[in-house]
Amino acid sequence: MTAPDDTLLLIEDLTVSYGAVEAVRGIDLTVRRGEIVTLLGANGAGKSSTLNAIVGLAPRKARRMEFSGSDLQGVPPETVVRRGLTLVPEGRRVFSSLTVDENLMLGGAKHATRGDPAAVKADMLERFPILAERLHQNAGSLSGGEQQMLAIARALMSSPDLLLLDEPSLGLAPQVVDQIFDLIGSLRERGLTILLVEQNVAQSLEIADRGYVLANGRIELQGSAEELRASPEIQDAYLGA
Amino acid sequence: MDIFLQQLLNALSLGGTYALLALGLAVVFSIIGLINFAHGELMTVTGYAICFALIWGLPFPLAVIAGLSVAMVAAFLMERVAFRPVRGASGTTLLLTSFAVSAILRVLFQNLISARPIPVSIPASLSGVLTVGPLHLGMIQLISIIVTLVMLLGLNLFLHRTMAGRAMRAAAEDFAVLRLMGLRANSVVATAFVISGLLAGVAGLLWVAQRGSVDPLMGALPVLKAFIAAIIGGLGSLSGAVAGGFLLGFIEVILQAYLPESLLPYRDAFAILVVIAVLLFRPQGLLARKTLVKL
Ligand SMILES: Nc1ncnc2c1ncn2[C@@H]1O[C@H](COP(=O)(O)OP(=O)(O)O)[C@@H](O)[C@H]1O
Ligand SMILES: [Mg+2]
Repeated sequence: MTAPDDTLLLIEDLTVSYGAVEAVRGIDLTVRRGEIVTLLGANGAGKSSTLNAIVGLAPRKARRMEFSGSDLQGVPPETVVRRGLTLVPEGRRVFSSLTVDENLMLGGAKHATRGDPAAVKADMLERFPILAERLHQNAGSLSGGEQQMLAIARALMSSPDLLLLDEPSLGLAPQVVDQIFDLIGSLRERGLTILLVEQNVAQSLEIADRGYVLANGRIELQGSAEELRASPEIQDAYLGA
Repeated sequence: MDIFLQQLLNALSLGGTYALLALGLAVVFSIIGLINFAHGELMTVTGYAICFALIWGLPFPLAVIAGLSVAMVAAFLMERVAFRPVRGASGTTLLLTSFAVSAILRVLFQNLISARPIPVSIPASLSGVLTVGPLHLGMIQLISIIVTLVMLLGLNLFLHRTMAGRAMRAAAEDFAVLRLMGLRANSVVATAFVISGLLAGVAGLLWVAQRGSVDPLMGALPVLKAFIAAIIGGLGSLSGAVAGGFLLGFIEVILQAYLPESLLPYRDAFAILVVIAVLLFRPQGLLARKTLVKL
């Protein structure tokens, strides 16, 4: 099988094992250019392992793993990022003892960025004025929502083509969650492709084009956002209908 | 007053040397979770390099530059040859590797150079006594303190004003995420080692300048002290390492000055007692910082 032209990320038979623990057991997944694809599933289903494996931060094995036509297998995270694929990890993980500005600078480090970091930064500071206000404060002093904004802004500094987001709404107040989802929607409008891991099923399916449901490391369900919303499994398990 | 001031100088200069060494240990530990016991051998290597450079007729300033360069290159090679292959392994594996590197280097010094101390001719202008009014202050102690301060200031500027420095601070916090910024793990680790080499080199220079000789085991004791200092400060915390170094220097000098003569041989034992007391109150060290070692 050859990938159709608009396939940005192509994964076949991906397995992630930590010693004896098999977190992901042979999944297939594709993301096409311009899409928002969401990866849903309960705690421990293997969502983070999948994202970490794609960027090279988790031990992985796959039949195929390609980004924009180039092989990702055996490629270290720093190189994956330089090719235009980046991850906003679970739990935000901003550098808390560095200032907001320094976090952004590292995100836009010269050799990693493919765009214009100054323009991205100006854009992000305009969108999130609170980050502009706190530019010279330590990132650790920000609230959870502000840290999430910073984590996303930091990842965008390298002007990626594909952004992996791991539970960006986790633990945030509903208002902040809306802000984050707004941002995700507007990023797509600007041509960014997004693979979104979420436990907030309702909102993710609203914004996504397609989705996968992981359970115990396997893909249990997949389809368009509409199909998933209508499926009885999702209705029962997540949407509480 | 005169004596008190001299003791203060002694404490600052000894503590400063410990601080530089502890800082070198902490820079590496904070990033890859390795306690590098071969750090002391970087001091020794510096001592020998300065010694031979002087024997070959290089003027003192050039000999110093040669010594520091050798220390940085040695630290770089140490990482490349010995530590990179075991990166990410358990703390025990890393620790044993560093013991092995240390032991191999000591044997090499003994067999290839000499088991006995070799004198180093330090310029007389450095070993003099500075007389300020009624005060007589050791020149070398003053220089040590100034050099230590310059190093601490320089490192601080590097860490806060350069991209490489910011990357090192970020790496100490979360190495995996730093790699997501597109920064190569290998270059960040190599930079950390080169900096630790420079710090060990400067400490080695000060040590040799005060003692006037080099021997294969020269680095053993100071690095052990630096390790203790780093523990007091909270392993992995850079400011903690500096604080711990100065604190240990003060404790040792105060004990040396005020212990009754019959107890002086036990000075180090008393120093360790004070350290234990500190750790009883702050088991994570003075300025502990959460370190999750991750690659
Ligand atoms: N670094 C790790 N070492 C060992 N087991 C892990 C590690 N990371 C995740 N796991 C295990 O893999 C499984 C999947 O975890 P994860 O991918 O984090 O799931 P999710 O993100 O869907 O909650 C869980 O059973 C988890 O305990
Ligand atoms: Mg997860």
